[in-house]
Amino acid sequence: MDFFDRFAIPNPSIAIYASMVAIGLTVVAIIAGLTYFKKWGYLWREWLTTVDHKRIGIMYLISALIMLFRGGVDAIMLRAQLAVPDNKLLDPQHYNEVFSTHGVIMVMFMAMPFIFAFMNYVVPLQIGARDVAFPRLNALSFWLFFFGAMLFNISFVIGGSPDAGWTSYFPLAGNDLSPHVGTNYYMMAIQISGIGSLMTGINMITTIFKMRAPGMTLMKMPMFTWSVLVTNLIIVTVFPVITVALAMGTMDRLFGTHFFATTNGGMDMLWANLFWVWGHPEVYILILPAFGLYSEIISTFSGRNLYGYKSMVASMVIISALSCMVWAHHFFTMGQGALANSFFSITTMMIAVPTGVKIFNWLFTLWKGKIRFTVPMLYSLGFIPLFVIGGVTGVMLAMSAADYQYHNTMFLVAHFHNTIIPGVVFAMLAGLTYYWPKMFGFMLNERIGKWAFWLLSIGFCLAFFPMYITGLDGQARRMYTYSEATGYGPLNMLSFVGAGVMAISFALIVYNVYYSVRYSPRNIGADPWDARSLEWATHTPVPEYNFAIEPHVASSEAFWDAKKKGHELFPGKVEKIHMPNSSGVPFIMSAIFFVFGFSMIFSLWIPAIISLIGIFACMAHRSFENDHGRYISVKEIEETETKLRGVN
Amino acid sequence: MKVDHTLPLEYSTKQNGMNIFGFWVFLAAEIMLFATLFTSYFTLEHRTGSGPSGAEIFEIAPVLIETFVLLTSSFTIGLGVHAMRIGRKKAMMTFFVITLLLGLVFLGFEIDEFITYIHEGATLQTSAFTAMLMTTLGTHGLHVTFGLFWGTAILLQVKKRGLTPETANKSFIFSLYWHFLDVVWIFIFSFIYLKGMM
Repeated sequence: MDFFDRFAIPNPSIAIYASMVAIGLTVVAIIAGLTYFKKWGYLWREWLTTVDHKRIGIMYLISALIMLFRGGVDAIMLRAQLAVPDNKLLDPQHYNEVFSTHGVIMVMFMAMPFIFAFMNYVVPLQIGARDVAFPRLNALSFWLFFFGAMLFNISFVIGGSPDAGWTSYFPLAGNDLSPHVGTNYYMMAIQISGIGSLMTGINMITTIFKMRAPGMTLMKMPMFTWSVLVTNLIIVTVFPVITVALAMGTMDRLFGTHFFATTNGGMDMLWANLFWVWGHPEVYILILPAFGLYSEIISTFSGRNLYGYKSMVASMVIISALSCMVWAHHFFTMGQGALANSFFSITTMMIAVPTGVKIFNWLFTLWKGKIRFTVPMLYSLGFIPLFVIGGVTGVMLAMSAADYQYHNTMFLVAHFHNTIIPGVVFAMLAGLTYYWPKMFGFMLNERIGKWAFWLLSIGFCLAFFPMYITGLDGQARRMYTYSEATGYGPLNMLSFVGAGVMAISFALIVYNVYYSVRYSPRNIGADPWDARSLEWATHTPVPEYNFAIEPHVASSEAFWDAKKKGHELFPGKVEKIHMPNSSGVPFIMSAIFFVFGFSMIFSLWIPAIISLIGIFACMAHRSFENDHGRYISVKEIEETETKLRGVN
Repeated sequence: MKVDHTLPLEYSTKQNGMNIFGFWVFLAAEIMLFATLFTSYFTLEHRTGSGPSGAEIFEIAPVLIETFVLLTSSFTIGLGVHAMRIGRKKAMMTFFVITLLLGLVFLGFEIDEFITYIHEGATLQTSAFTAMLMTTLGTHGLHVTFGLFWGTAILLQVKKRGLTPETANKSFIFSLYWHFLDVVWIFIFSFIYLKGMM
């Protein structure tokens, strides 16, 4: 029985047994449904083996929405536990697991795939390319992310979830203080999806540098593409750091090394430093594409070109450089001395300057614009004031002397949610609404969308503003309960109510999708928002080759020029188009990675070695494979074009 | 695919150019990977716990041999790429084979070095210093091992398919990888061994 003991949950509760049953039933339902409707072949041919950037983008989007649900349920559980003093809803161990998985899932498996969804779908269209530079690698990136996320998510029913926070500080995350396999899940799942992120970084940089349409110089790229370029430069710079840190952490836990232990020369602060050297730029990896989306949306719905294009680009580059010089502000209180603290204090505050430049540029874009208050625009307008509050509290936290008061309190929790929710989540929902018609051929209902926006904004303020106050009063984060004498009760109850309002808003967004699938008109044309950049210049639905004729560009708003100033966007005639072939290898290879990760987590060495050989076999297969892609003939293209023109 | 004959074979299609560019970006990521390893090494260098220090276990002779072998292999793969550019398939293959054999010799010495360390009581579990030393050297060694398999696969393809834009592209990218490992080794030699023995 010893062998099977390792898979048991260390602290089972009714909620976990219920989720086991729910997972089992869902899997059975999916398998039965696919079999009944005979969709296995369709699923394999059209989705699991696809290398089309648009489909990969949509798969990222679906995964991100599912993970948003999972992370959201965690959040509700946390707020419910803290709603009243001395609550017994969750025991301490369970609470630790829930806040750890909430953080990891929201950052790594919700926000990351959400931005990758837009990067994949939008960037090739915006630069007038047929696909990304390495389509097969792109599929591999997606499937590595997907199986990494799945590996992380089975932790709470097999073996137990990580419980050392999303930062997983050592020695707490070491074997002595976290004896069950939860932290192994953390190490392996993030490692696997991190490899995928790094490859996306390489892919996107190459795509943007090498595949832009004729005439599109770097300073004529749409702002979203610029933000994606800067973001991916950060990804390539910092993801190798977390790769090394996770590998060292894995060795500490599985092979008995002493990197981060407190004995035999180990140094626990090395983990904290390596983690944040990656972790701080990571939050800019999330926010910069969000800034890019806001830039697109604000300029579209103000009917004006983006104010201060060059300063927008410069501020993003400066932010990306500074983001790698601020990591120690996450542990001002851990004793690195006044000089180091002062340095990191100043660099942190400096980030507010280029960010402020961006805020003013958006405001000046709105100035004298003909503003249309659509749902994406509402999110963008809500973002500006709310994000400024988050930024200002960030400058408060950046003062290292004052940070001794704020450190590890709810004030910090309020601050980073105040930047991430109005910053990243609002941008993702705005982008979702904005690009939905391009992806699926119909609009989301505006009235339901506006309700969702207002509920989300009000719910957000109710949920997080009270935490600033309780944090200043000294309520510590990551504590599973507090006594009635502290007086934190009423404000925490208010936060719980706010979390409930946010949950209703997300439910409304789901309902909106259902409602719009049923009732939205389908005949919307290729450019329903009267937008400005190239992604709106091709048909809806987008044909697999994106553009029948390569677009020629003379400004950062080529499509607007074509509509208003008579710019000739598609000179030339249709030629045959080279496209890559689909392949099942990325899916299979990532599935083997899943087995490898699982075997490592449970120290099953023989399956780990076998799956490692399988991974290398997949790489060898790719090397020896003779795959030259295929051509779409002129006749085929013309038939598709005629049909799509009919639709619009 | 359109082939542009004015360019060297490895750059002659658009995809080839992108492959090489993308690989340079990958090498940038690899630099960050090794930079992180070196930083961690310098942090843990003197944290030897109850285990030996670098000065006690490093030996100059095998390390010097490893250095000369690897530097020579970088030279021979350069000759191989030159032979490829002037279209001499056989010469190119010969130089690649010599390169891989030199890589194998390097690896043999490195494995022997690891066995010696373990016999002297410097294992992965001994101290933070020994673990970091073995991780840094091991990461480089694993890269060389992977390179041996990769290079062999490319050689087989060149033998079977000849010098096409695709095989030339793969060979060129492999040479970039091999030079990169050489550069990393120079840093290992200078800042781990020489500094450790001083």
